[in-house]
Amino acid sequence: MENPTETKKTYQDYVDKKSPNSPILKNCFNAFWVGGLICTLGQIILNICKDRGFDTQISGTIVSILLIGLSAFLTGLNIFNKIGKIAGAGSLIPITGFANSIVSPAMEYKSEGYVMGVGGKMFTVAGPVLVFGISTSILVGIIYLIFNTQNITLV
Amino acid sequence: MDNIDWVSVFEWSTLLKCFVVGGLICVIGQILIDKTKLTPARILVTFVTLGAILGGLGIYQYLVDFAGAGATVPLTGFGYNLAKGAIEEVKNIGFIGAFTGGVKAAAGGIAAAIFFGYLASLISKPKMKKQ
Amino acid sequence: MEKVGKQTIKFNTPPSIVECASIVGPKEAEGPLAKYFDKTLEDEFWGEKTWEKAESKIIKETVNTVIQKAGISASEIDCMFAGDLLNQCISSSFGLRELNIPFFGVFGACSTFVESLSLGAICTESFANKVICATSSHFCSAEKQFRFPLELGNQRPPTSQWTVTGSGSAILSKDGTGPYITHITPGKIIDMGIKDGNNMGAAMAPSFADTLITHFSDTGRTPNYYDAIISGDLGYIGKDIAIDLLKANGYNIKTNYNDCGVLIFDKENQDTHSGGSGCACCGTVFSGYFFKQLKEKKIKKLLLIATGALMNSTSSQQGESIPGIAHAVSIEI
Repeated sequence: MENPTETKKTYQDYVDKKSPNSPILKNCFNAFWVGGLICTLGQIILNICKDRGFDTQISGTIVSILLIGLSAFLTGLNIFNKIGKIAGAGSLIPITGFANSIVSPAMEYKSEGYVMGVGGKMFTVAGPVLVFGISTSILVGIIYLIFNTQNITLV
Repeated sequence: MDNIDWVSVFEWSTLLKCFVVGGLICVIGQILIDKTKLTPARILVTFVTLGAILGGLGIYQYLVDFAGAGATVPLTGFGYNLAKGAIEEVKNIGFIGAFTGGVKAAAGGIAAAIFFGYLASLISKPKMKKQ
Repeated sequence: MEKVGKQTIKFNTPPSIVECASIVGPKEAEGPLAKYFDKTLEDEFWGEKTWEKAESKIIKETVNTVIQKAGISASEIDCMFAGDLLNQCISSSFGLRELNIPFFGVFGACSTFVESLSLGAICTESFANKVICATSSHFCSAEKQFRFPLELGNQRPPTSQWTVTGSGSAILSKDGTGPYITHITPGKIIDMGIKDGNNMGAAMAPSFADTLITHFSDTGRTPNYYDAIISGDLGYIGKDIAIDLLKANGYNIKTNYNDCGVLIFDKENQDTHSGGSGCACCGTVFSGYFFKQLKEKKIKKLLLIATGALMNSTSSQQGESIPGIAHAVSIEI
């Protein structure tokens, strides 16, 4: 038998072969139906809001707030991580995952106090989402402005 | 709640489109998790950035028109919402709008996450996963 | 004490392991080795406010238990070696601060237990009569420091390992009736370029193989010499790799080799993926299970090799690979 530790490359190839892969089909199936259900729940709330006469923007905000509240509630009850374990991206990718990534460090770092612990660490996981999301939106706005003033319509 | 039109709320074709599109977006995320070893934070960043770019290009709007919450509830929708807000504000008030529009549009969600997060930390304690 | 071969130390008056003690958390208490531990906890806080405080309490109580079991007083201990995974080894130093015993804090990641035993054994050949060696780890405090908040809804990949909650400690003495530490082989730092923090077994296996092969060539022993060769926390995948690496170097360890991370949990029912890890994995399994086997003479010659991954969250964020280390200690009756 050849020695797998000959070089770092041969060892990495050997380890990749030895390590079991994630059960991707099962994971994707679970992600699909859980993610789909969360979105459908959002759609139902959206439809109710529209039916009550709210405009699209406000309705969307209400959906976000309610789903975030639900996710925070389930995280606080120590249930969300159990859903996440099964659903993976199915609960991570919807807005519920964003809420969970804010609530979970807030709870975790409570032991370091309410200011530097909860307040300071709340965005350890979700901070980058806001940084990149908001920065991109500003760039989009500026680019839109430039193209618009030169009468080139992009959108 | 007596005058809600439940038939239109539960219109199955809307919900089915929403379910399938929302589910498929999550499947893309799952494939990224399993195949690329990206951490959850990186996946979320990728999705929100992608959503904002596609939103800025006007492409994501088609998906939103087709699937409703199936496109807006995933984080790509969060990005789309930020970009859309920025563009709208630019239309209304010009340059400053690029800075205020995005956050304004997403303010409800961000504020809710902070508030509920703080609330949860006050009343709840993390527990060990039994499994 | 003399050096044999490249890096092995042979003791002329081998120190004796007088007594061992172990305390484990609730999940370990549901595992197959539950009945061998001195105490099992019902929850991971053990009445404390934080996991860090709980971990300190676990190591403190484990050391108190071992002193009590040995029937000696704390003032008879000349010094102690202890370490853990938390930044600057706070579990050990906070947990042991009230004992009034000279203290050496050691860090060898998950290899800390055998590193402590090795240093303790060396001390008994010079100035010390009795030495305590201890280590601890805690699933929750380790996850918090190295990975994600507990309530984050993420999935653990199949290669990931489960940090053992608990503590193991041992008292070494110049004189005693055994089992004796006859040789130690301190390991070199080996880095084969593995970067995946969720595949520690693969990162540490090459250092295990290196230390084991060096031990064989230094002492002239073969795998058959030992009744059991036990690694610290390579887990299922690391164990598999270790067997392959030894085979590639002409040694067959398949029959008498096992891993503490494999032994401590029930893979099917406890969903621990590739098995246990952490300082306490080797510490509790040796103190709880193997020490009793040696005492009852069911195992007469044991080679314990604790493995450690020498990284932190900053190094992995900066894209560094994970260097591994493995220290071996030969224990015979």
